[in-house]
Amino acid sequence: MKPEVFEPGIVAFCCHYCAYSSADLAGVMRIQYPPNVRIIRTPCTGRLETEYFMKALENGADGVLVAGCLEGGCHFVEGNLCAKRRVNYTRDLLEEIGIEKERLRMVNISAAMARPLADTITDMVETIRKLGPNPLRKSELRPVLHSPAKDGTPNSELRNPRPETTAKNENGKKLQAAGSHTAQ
Amino acid sequence: MIVAQRKNIPELLDIVEKHRKVLLLGCGTCVTVCLAGGQREVSIIASALRMAAKLKGRPLEVEELTIERQCDNVFLEQAAEAIKKADAVLSVGCGAGVQAIAERYSNKPVYAGLNTAFIGILEERGVWTEKCAACGECVLHEYGGICPITRCAKHMLNGPCSGSREDRCEVSPDRPCAWQLIYTRLKEIGQLDRLKELKKPKNWRSSQSGGVRKIVREDHRV
Repeated sequence: MKPEVFEPGIVAFCCHYCAYSSADLAGVMRIQYPPNVRIIRTPCTGRLETEYFMKALENGADGVLVAGCLEGGCHFVEGNLCAKRRVNYTRDLLEEIGIEKERLRMVNISAAMARPLADTITDMVETIRKLGPNPLRKSELRPVLHSPAKDGTPNSELRNPRPETTAKNENGKKLQAAGSHTAQ
Repeated sequence: MIVAQRKNIPELLDIVEKHRKVLLLGCGTCVTVCLAGGQREVSIIASALRMAAKLKGRPLEVEELTIERQCDNVFLEQAAEAIKKADAVLSVGCGAGVQAIAERYSNKPVYAGLNTAFIGILEERGVWTEKCAACGECVLHEYGGICPITRCAKHMLNGPCSGSREDRCEVSPDRPCAWQLIYTRLKEIGQLDRLKELKKPKNWRSSQSGGVRKIVREDHRV
């Protein structure tokens, strides 16, 4: 990968009962998807608050993906519908702020939909790649996805493109386990 | 409770444009319940303001704090330190909260982050409707507990007008006719005869016609 290519950093909130399992299944099936996503497991997408999306973007994530169960298939009946409304609200709020609303997206994925999940992530990465880096990171980069550095230095991993194989943090390991970048 | 609505982000940014360090002060009472200015909304609005300011290349520091009640000096004291440190306060409390801060901290600019809308109730999740106009002389007992002043578009004390269609107000089809509601309610509680008496014009002196209203309870004064 050429160093000048922009590699988006995407936070993916995945519901434990569907999308997270489908990411696992993608790993088992050796389906590859871009390593740009950092998956955060949530008990239900209905648990996600507007602040979570805002904080992710404020702290420099290039995109936020919310992956919940198929409509009508939520383990908690309607958590994914709550999430859908919150995502829509936040997308409007992002427009008010002046940030492209495409940076936040919600999808519905069942636990068996490993391929659609991989396709969704690929599509999301491409969308964000076209949009470019999070405009908030142009002047300053604040730590995101990882715990802040104690000396206050910005996290360069997200700003600077890096080879896929350098993901060594805990999330990166989880991503490898779930997404299976390479045949094991 | 008092129901309010957030001003939009560009407007808020304009309001605080002269300041670099702003305290976004939430209120834990009415505006928390109507999801406009509680702790969660403070967090969201603060993030939004920081992001919007940064996109415009404007230096803006937004501190966040939510106190139990902005309209009460006892609670307001908890924000004293934070208010002191900030250049200005952007209050996401109701209009009473904003003015309480302005009166207590005379040398600190205070701005309203919300549009205080009305006294109302939560109709269903995410829906609030106005129920009381705070007219100062309640007539609810005469109308089966349904306020014609607040809920009738024409504030009619001797309704209904001839404009209602079915049970809908002619002003807006999504608004129920208050007088239909009053009739149904009085019928249910067996007080339909109340409608037979002609109501005299309301005395509006207790409303806002005389300027700021004040209530003094001597038995509670110290």
